[in-house]
Amino acid sequence: MSTEIKSPLPGVFYRKPSPESAPFKNDGDSVAADDVIGLVEVMKSFHEVKAGIAGTGIRFVIDDADAVMAGQVIAEVQA
Amino acid sequence: MTIKVLHPGLSTTVQDLGRPGYFHLGIPVGGAMDRLALRAANLLVGNDEGAACLEAVFIGPQLEFTAPTRIAVTGAEMPIKLDGVEQPGWTALEVKAGQVLSFDYLKSGARIIIAVAGGIDVPLALGSRSTYPIGALGGFKGRPIAAGDELPVGAAASGKAGVSVPEALRRKPGHPAELRVLPGLYWHRILPESQASFFADQWKVAPEADRMGYRFRGGQALKFVAREQPFGAGSDPSNIVDSCYPYGSIQVPGGKEPIILHRDAVSGGGYFMVGTVISADMDLIGQLQPNMPTRFVEIDMDGALAARADRKALLQKIRAALA
Repeated sequence: MSTEIKSPLPGVFYRKPSPESAPFKNDGDSVAADDVIGLVEVMKSFHEVKAGIAGTGIRFVIDDADAVMAGQVIAEVQA
Repeated sequence: MTIKVLHPGLSTTVQDLGRPGYFHLGIPVGGAMDRLALRAANLLVGNDEGAACLEAVFIGPQLEFTAPTRIAVTGAEMPIKLDGVEQPGWTALEVKAGQVLSFDYLKSGARIIIAVAGGIDVPLALGSRSTYPIGALGGFKGRPIAAGDELPVGAAASGKAGVSVPEALRRKPGHPAELRVLPGLYWHRILPESQASFFADQWKVAPEADRMGYRFRGGQALKFVAREQPFGAGSDPSNIVDSCYPYGSIQVPGGKEPIILHRDAVSGGGYFMVGTVISADMDLIGQLQPNMPTRFVEIDMDGALAARADRKALLQKIRAALA
Protein backbone atom coordinates (compact mmCIF):
# COMPACT_ATOMS: atom_id res chain seq x y z
CA MET A 1 0.00 0.00 0.00
CA SER A 2 1.25 3.48 -0.83
CA THR A 3 1.84 5.78 2.14
CA GLU A 4 2.45 9.52 2.00
CA ILE A 5 5.33 11.28 3.78
CA LYS A 6 4.31 14.86 4.58
CA SER A 7 6.29 17.95 5.50
CA PRO A 8 5.76 18.89 9.16
CA LEU A 9 6.36 22.59 8.47
CA PRO A 10 6.40 25.21 5.69
CA GLY A 11 9.63 26.35 4.03
CA VAL A 12 11.96 25.23 1.26
CA PHE A 13 12.51 21.50 0.74
CA TYR A 14 15.97 20.12 -0.05
CA ARG A 15 16.78 16.54 -1.04
CA LYS A 16 20.52 16.88 -0.29
CA PRO A 17 22.42 17.72 2.90
CA SER A 18 24.54 20.23 0.91
CA PRO A 19 24.61 21.40 -2.73
CA GLU A 20 27.59 19.13 -3.52
CA SER A 21 26.25 16.01 -1.76
CA ALA A 22 24.29 13.10 -3.14
CA PRO A 23 20.55 13.10 -2.31
CA PHE A 24 19.51 11.51 1.00
CA LYS A 25 17.35 9.09 -1.03
CA ASN A 26 16.82 8.36 -4.71
CA ASP A 27 13.54 7.31 -6.28
CA GLY A 28 13.17 3.56 -5.80
CA ASP A 29 15.22 3.36 -2.58
CA SER A 30 14.00 1.58 0.55
CA VAL A 31 13.59 3.62 3.73
CA ALA A 32 13.57 2.90 7.46
CA ALA A 33 11.31 4.95 9.75
CA ASP A 34 14.30 6.86 11.18
CA ASP A 35 15.89 7.64 7.79
CA VAL A 36 16.21 11.30 6.86
CA ILE A 37 14.68 11.89 3.43
CA GLY A 38 15.27 15.65 3.17
CA LEU A 39 15.56 19.02 4.88
CA VAL A 40 13.14 21.91 5.24
CA GLU A 41 14.70 25.35 5.58
CA VAL A 42 12.80 27.91 7.60
CA MET A 43 13.74 30.75 10.00
CA LYS A 44 17.45 30.42 9.15
CA SER A 45 17.69 26.77 10.17
CA PHE A 46 17.35 23.39 8.50
CA HIS A 47 15.00 20.75 9.90
CA GLU A 48 15.35 17.07 9.07
CA VAL A 49 12.33 15.29 7.63
CA LYS A 50 12.29 11.62 8.59
CA ALA A 51 10.41 8.95 6.67
CA GLY A 52 8.38 8.08 9.77
CA ILE A 53 7.56 4.70 8.27
CA ALA A 54 9.55 1.80 6.81
CA GLY A 55 8.91 1.01 3.16
CA THR A 56 10.22 0.32 -0.30
CA GLY A 57 10.23 2.17 -3.61
CA ILE A 58 10.20 5.77 -2.36
CA ARG A 59 8.97 8.22 -4.99
CA PHE A 60 9.44 11.97 -4.51
CA VAL A 61 6.53 14.09 -5.69
CA ILE A 62 8.25 17.49 -5.25
CA ASP A 63 11.63 18.69 -6.50
CA ASP A 64 14.77 19.83 -4.74
CA ALA A 65 14.49 23.50 -3.62
CA ASP A 66 10.69 23.58 -4.08
CA ALA A 67 8.57 25.65 -1.71
CA VAL A 68 6.59 23.39 0.62
CA MET A 69 3.58 23.89 2.91
CA ALA A 70 2.96 22.16 6.25
CA GLY A 71 1.16 18.88 5.57
CA GLN A 72 2.13 18.84 1.88
CA VAL A 73 3.11 15.42 0.50
CA ILE A 74 6.86 15.17 -0.14
CA ALA A 75 7.14 11.53 -1.17
CA GLU A 76 5.28 8.22 -1.28
CA VAL A 77 6.53 4.80 -0.20
CA GLN A 78 5.19 1.27 -0.47
CA ALA A 79 4.74 0.25 3.17
CA MET B 1 -0.68 23.90 38.67
CA THR B 2 1.86 23.41 35.92
CA ILE B 3 1.95 22.54 32.26
CA LYS B 4 4.26 19.67 31.32
CA VAL B 5 5.95 20.06 27.95
CA LEU B 6 5.86 16.68 26.18
CA HIS B 7 7.00 18.10 22.84
CA PRO B 8 8.00 21.74 22.37
CA GLY B 9 7.07 22.21 18.69
CA LEU B 10 9.52 24.12 16.48
CA SER B 11 10.05 27.28 18.53
CA THR B 12 7.47 27.89 21.24
CA THR B 13 8.03 30.86 23.54
CA VAL B 14 6.28 32.60 26.42
CA GLN B 15 5.01 35.97 25.16
CA ASP B 16 2.82 38.79 26.44
CA LEU B 17 2.31 42.29 25.00
CA GLY B 18 6.05 43.01 25.22
CA ARG B 19 8.40 45.41 27.02
CA PRO B 20 8.24 48.82 25.32
CA GLY B 21 10.55 51.48 26.73
CA TYR B 22 13.97 49.86 26.33
CA PHE B 23 14.42 49.87 22.54
CA HIS B 24 16.76 52.89 22.75
CA LEU B 25 19.01 50.69 24.93
CA GLY B 26 18.96 47.89 22.38
CA ILE B 27 16.35 45.74 24.13
CA PRO B 28 13.61 44.98 21.60
CA VAL B 29 9.92 45.49 22.33
CA GLY B 30 9.30 41.73 22.21
CA GLY B 31 5.84 40.29 22.79
CA ALA B 32 3.50 38.26 20.63
CA MET B 33 3.87 38.61 16.85
CA ASP B 34 0.04 38.73 16.66
CA ARG B 35 -0.97 40.76 19.68
CA LEU B 36 -4.66 40.89 18.76
CA ALA B 37 -4.71 37.07 18.86
CA LEU B 38 -2.99 37.19 22.28
CA ARG B 39 -5.52 39.68 23.67
CA ALA B 40 -8.41 37.57 22.33
CA ALA B 41 -6.98 34.34 23.77
CA ASN B 42 -6.59 35.94 27.20
CA LEU B 43 -10.11 37.42 27.15
CA LEU B 44 -11.51 33.96 26.30
CA VAL B 45 -10.06 32.40 29.47
CA GLY B 46 -10.82 35.35 31.77
CA ASN B 47 -7.24 36.68 32.00
CA ASP B 48 -6.01 40.24 31.81
CA GLU B 49 -5.51 40.99 28.11
CA GLY B 50 -1.75 41.17 28.55
CA ALA B 51 -1.24 37.92 30.50
CA ALA B 52 1.60 35.68 29.31
CA CYS B 53 0.69 32.97 26.79
CA LEU B 54 2.59 30.51 24.62
CA GLU B 55 3.32 31.48 21.02
CA ALA B 56 4.08 28.54 18.71
CA VAL B 57 5.23 28.97 15.13
CA PHE B 58 4.42 26.49 12.29
CA ILE B 59 4.33 23.40 14.60
CA GLY B 60 2.20 23.19 17.73
CA PRO B 61 3.58 21.81 21.02
CA GLN B 62 2.26 18.81 22.94
CA LEU B 63 1.31 19.84 26.49
CA GLU B 64 -0.10 18.01 29.51
CA PHE B 65 -2.11 19.90 32.15
CA THR B 66 -1.61 18.75 35.74
CA ALA B 67 -4.87 20.28 37.06
CA PRO B 68 -8.30 21.15 35.63
CA THR B 69 -8.26 24.50 33.79
CA ARG B 70 -9.54 26.47 30.81
CA ILE B 71 -7.49 27.21 27.71
CA ALA B 72 -7.99 28.96 24.35
CA VAL B 73 -6.04 28.77 21.09
CA THR B 74 -6.18 31.70 18.66
CA GLY B 75 -4.18 32.98 15.69
CA ALA B 76 -3.25 30.58 12.90
CA GLU B 77 -5.56 27.82 11.73
CA MET B 78 -4.04 24.61 13.13
CA PRO B 79 -6.36 21.76 14.17
CA ILE B 80 -6.47 21.56 17.99
CA LYS B 81 -6.81 18.25 19.86
CA LEU B 82 -7.45 17.35 23.50
CA ASP B 83 -6.62 13.69 24.11
CA GLY B 84 -6.86 13.25 20.33
CA VAL B 85 -10.36 14.77 19.99
CA GLU B 86 -10.56 17.83 17.71
CA GLN B 87 -11.59 21.12 19.37
CA PRO B 88 -12.61 24.53 18.00
CA GLY B 89 -10.18 27.44 17.80
CA TRP B 90 -10.89 30.94 19.22
CA THR B 91 -13.02 29.22 21.91
CA ALA B 92 -12.65 28.73 25.67
CA LEU B 93 -12.05 24.99 26.23
CA GLU B 94 -12.48 23.06 29.48
CA VAL B 95 -9.45 20.87 30.24
CA LYS B 96 -9.40 18.00 32.76
CA ALA B 97 -6.36 17.13 34.87
CA GLY B 98 -3.98 14.94 32.87
CA GLN B 99 -5.40 15.84 29.47
CA VAL B 100 -2.96 16.36 26.60
CA LEU B 101 -3.20 19.23 24.12
CA SER B 102 -1.75 18.55 20.66
CA PHE B 103 -2.01 19.91 17.15
CA ASP B 104 -2.28 18.72 13.57
CA TYR B 105 -0.56 20.25 10.51
CA LEU B 106 -0.76 24.03 10.15
CA LYS B 107 -3.47 24.92 7.62
CA SER B 108 -3.17 28.71 7.27
CA GLY B 109 -1.45 31.55 9.10
CA ALA B 110 1.83 31.00 10.92
CA ARG B 111 1.52 31.35 14.71
CA ILE B 112 -0.91 30.09 17.32
CA ILE B 113 -1.38 31.64 20.75
CA ILE B 114 -2.23 29.29 23.62
CA ALA B 115 -3.75 31.02 26.65
CA VAL B 116 -4.34 29.24 29.95
CA ALA B 117 -6.53 30.61 32.76
CA GLY B 118 -4.17 32.39 35.18
CA GLY B 119 -1.48 32.98 32.54
CA ILE B 120 2.03 31.51 32.33
CA ASP B 121 3.54 32.63 35.63
CA VAL B 122 7.22 33.13 34.83
CA PRO B 123 9.06 36.06 36.52
CA LEU B 124 8.86 39.54 35.05
CA ALA B 125 12.01 40.75 33.27
CA LEU B 126 12.09 44.50 32.56
CA GLY B 127 8.33 44.60 33.11
CA SER B 128 7.41 41.75 30.77
CA ARG B 129 7.26 37.95 30.66
CA SER B 130 8.09 37.86 26.95
CA THR B 131 10.98 35.67 25.84
CA TYR B 132 13.86 37.30 23.95
CA PRO B 133 15.89 34.16 23.15
CA ILE B 134 18.95 35.87 21.63
CA GLY B 135 19.35 37.97 24.78
CA ALA B 136 18.41 35.03 27.07
CA LEU B 137 15.92 37.46 28.64
CA GLY B 138 12.45 36.82 30.07
CA GLY B 139 10.10 33.93 29.41
CA PHE B 140 10.91 30.45 30.71
CA LYS B 141 14.64 30.59 31.51
CA GLY B 142 15.17 33.03 28.64
CA ARG B 143 14.67 30.39 25.95
CA PRO B 144 12.03 28.55 23.90
CA ILE B 145 10.35 25.76 25.89
CA ALA B 146 11.85 22.27 25.72
CA ALA B 147 10.58 18.72 26.34
CA GLY B 148 10.51 18.02 30.09
CA ASP B 149 9.91 21.65 31.13
CA GLU B 150 7.18 22.30 33.71
CA LEU B 151 5.65 25.72 33.12
CA PRO B 152 4.15 27.50 36.16
CA VAL B 153 0.58 28.80 35.82
CA GLY B 154 -0.91 31.66 37.86
CA ALA B 155 -4.19 31.74 39.80
CA ALA B 156 -7.19 31.66 37.48
CA ALA B 157 -10.02 34.18 37.56
CA SER B 158 -13.55 32.98 36.88
CA GLY B 159 -14.72 32.30 33.36
CA LYS B 160 -16.76 29.83 31.42
CA ALA B 161 -15.98 27.32 28.72
CA GLY B 162 -17.71 27.43 25.36
CA VAL B 163 -17.55 31.18 24.67
CA SER B 164 -15.89 32.02 21.37
CA VAL B 165 -14.74 34.98 19.27
CA PRO B 166 -17.22 35.43 16.39
CA GLU B 167 -15.75 34.40 13.02
CA ALA B 168 -16.06 37.95 11.59
CA LEU B 169 -13.81 39.35 14.35
CA ARG B 170 -10.88 36.95 13.69
CA ARG B 171 -8.47 39.08 11.67
CA LYS B 172 -6.32 37.24 9.10
CA PRO B 173 -4.14 38.32 6.17
CA GLY B 174 -5.71 38.15 2.68
CA HIS B 175 -4.17 36.31 -0.27
CA PRO B 176 -2.02 38.02 -1.39
CA ALA B 177 -1.40 39.64 1.97
CA GLU B 178 -1.53 43.44 1.86
CA LEU B 179 0.66 45.47 4.18
CA ARG B 180 0.11 49.23 4.31
CA VAL B 181 3.32 51.26 4.28
CA LEU B 182 4.04 54.90 5.08
CA PRO B 183 7.06 56.05 2.99
CA GLY B 184 9.83 57.22 5.30
CA LEU B 185 12.73 59.60 5.82
CA TYR B 186 14.93 57.91 3.21
CA TRP B 187 12.28 57.55 0.48
CA HIS B 188 14.16 60.11 -1.64
CA ARG B 189 17.17 57.75 -1.80
CA ILE B 190 15.56 55.54 -4.45
CA LEU B 191 14.69 56.49 -8.04
CA PRO B 192 11.04 57.26 -8.95
CA GLU B 193 10.86 54.02 -11.00
CA SER B 194 11.85 52.07 -7.84
CA GLN B 195 9.36 54.00 -5.70
CA ALA B 196 6.74 52.77 -8.18
CA SER B 197 7.96 49.18 -8.49
CA PHE B 198 8.21 48.71 -4.72
CA PHE B 199 4.43 49.12 -4.46
CA ALA B 200 3.55 47.57 -7.84
CA ASP B 201 5.52 44.32 -7.53
CA GLN B 202 4.27 41.17 -5.86
CA TRP B 203 6.75 39.95 -3.24
CA LYS B 204 6.77 36.72 -1.31
CA VAL B 205 7.85 35.86 2.23
CA ALA B 206 11.37 34.40 2.31
CA PRO B 207 11.97 31.29 4.46
CA GLU B 208 14.41 33.29 6.64
CA ALA B 209 11.55 35.40 8.09
CA ASP B 210 11.41 35.21 11.90
CA ARG B 211 10.55 37.23 15.03
CA MET B 212 13.40 39.66 14.36
CA GLY B 213 12.64 40.45 10.76
CA TYR B 214 10.38 39.41 7.93
CA ARG B 215 12.30 39.15 4.68
CA PHE B 216 10.68 39.29 1.24
CA ARG B 217 11.90 38.49 -2.24
CA GLY B 218 10.55 38.32 -5.76
CA GLY B 219 10.20 42.04 -6.55
CA GLN B 220 12.60 44.14 -8.63
CA ALA B 221 15.78 45.38 -6.96
CA LEU B 222 15.57 49.05 -5.94
CA LYS B 223 17.80 51.56 -7.76
CA PHE B 224 19.37 54.39 -5.81
CA VAL B 225 19.82 58.07 -6.52
CA ALA B 226 23.56 58.54 -7.12
CA ARG B 227 25.45 60.33 -4.37
CA GLU B 228 28.84 60.47 -2.72
CA GLN B 229 28.36 58.42 0.47
CA PRO B 230 28.52 60.70 3.52
CA PHE B 231 31.26 60.28 6.14
CA GLY B 232 30.32 57.42 8.48
CA ALA B 233 28.11 55.58 5.99
CA GLY B 234 29.17 52.29 4.41
CA SER B 235 30.10 52.13 0.74
CA ASP B 236 26.95 50.44 -0.56
CA PRO B 237 24.29 52.89 -1.81
CA SER B 238 21.81 51.25 0.61
CA ASN B 239 24.03 52.30 3.55
CA ILE B 240 23.35 55.37 5.66
CA VAL B 241 25.07 56.94 8.63
CA ASP B 242 23.85 54.75 11.52
CA SER B 243 20.31 55.54 12.56
CA CYS B 244 17.53 54.29 14.84
CA TYR B 245 15.39 51.55 13.34
CA PRO B 246 11.70 51.91 14.22
CA TYR B 247 9.53 48.84 14.88
CA GLY B 248 7.91 48.08 11.51
CA SER B 249 10.58 49.85 9.45
CA ILE B 250 11.55 48.25 6.14
CA GLN B 251 15.24 48.12 5.33
CA VAL B 252 16.46 46.89 1.95
CA PRO B 253 20.15 45.89 2.15
CA GLY B 254 21.75 46.28 -1.27
CA GLY B 255 18.32 47.32 -2.60
CA LYS B 256 17.41 43.65 -3.03
CA GLU B 257 15.30 42.02 -0.31
CA PRO B 258 13.06 44.16 1.94
CA ILE B 259 13.18 43.21 5.63
CA ILE B 260 10.42 44.40 7.99
CA LEU B 261 11.75 44.69 11.53
CA HIS B 262 9.38 42.98 13.98
CA ARG B 263 9.08 42.36 17.73
CA ASP B 264 12.64 41.06 18.40
CA ALA B 265 14.43 43.41 15.98
CA VAL B 266 17.71 45.24 16.43
CA SER B 267 17.21 48.90 17.29
CA GLY B 268 19.66 50.61 14.98
CA GLY B 269 22.17 50.28 12.18
CA GLY B 270 23.37 51.48 8.83
CA TYR B 271 20.76 50.47 6.26
CA PHE B 272 18.33 52.96 4.73
CA MET B 273 14.62 52.32 5.28
CA VAL B 274 12.06 52.82 2.51
CA GLY B 275 9.25 53.28 5.00
CA THR B 276 7.35 51.73 7.87
CA VAL B 277 4.49 49.23 7.99
CA ILE B 278 1.63 50.87 9.87
CA SER B 279 0.96 49.65 13.42
CA ALA B 280 -2.48 48.31 12.44
CA ASP B 281 -0.91 45.78 10.05
CA MET B 282 1.99 44.48 12.17
CA ASP B 283 -0.12 41.64 13.64
CA LEU B 284 -0.88 40.40 10.10
CA ILE B 285 2.85 39.90 9.45
CA GLY B 286 2.99 37.47 12.38
CA GLN B 287 0.59 35.25 10.44
CA LEU B 288 2.54 35.11 7.16
CA GLN B 289 3.99 31.74 6.15
CA PRO B 290 7.11 31.41 4.00
CA ASN B 291 6.30 31.83 0.28
CA MET B 292 3.13 33.83 1.02
CA PRO B 293 2.52 36.35 -1.79
CA THR B 294 2.53 39.87 -0.36
CA ARG B 295 1.89 43.39 -1.67
CA PHE B 296 2.99 46.66 -0.10
CA VAL B 297 0.27 49.30 -0.30
CA GLU B 298 1.10 53.01 0.02
CA ILE B 299 -0.80 54.94 2.67
CA ASP B 300 -0.52 58.44 4.17
CA MET B 301 -0.53 59.43 7.85
CA ASP B 302 -4.29 60.14 7.92
CA GLY B 303 -4.95 56.71 6.43
CA ALA B 304 -2.58 55.08 8.94
CA LEU B 305 -4.32 56.73 11.89
CA ALA B 306 -7.75 55.74 10.52
CA ALA B 307 -6.52 52.13 10.21
CA ARG B 308 -5.28 52.26 13.81
CA ALA B 309 -8.72 53.47 14.92
CA ASP B 310 -10.36 50.62 12.94
CA ARG B 311 -8.12 48.09 14.66
CA LYS B 312 -8.97 49.54 18.08
CA ALA B 313 -12.67 49.33 17.19
CA LEU B 314 -12.21 45.66 16.25
CA LEU B 315 -10.63 44.97 19.65
CA GLN B 316 -13.56 46.77 21.33
CA LYS B 317 -15.96 44.47 19.45
CA ILE B 318 -14.05 41.39 20.65
CA ARG B 319 -14.16 42.71 24.24
CA ALA B 320 -17.92 43.34 23.92
CA ALA B 321 -18.53 39.89 22.41
CA LEU B 322 -16.72 38.19 25.31
CA ALA B 323 -17.92 40.46 28.15
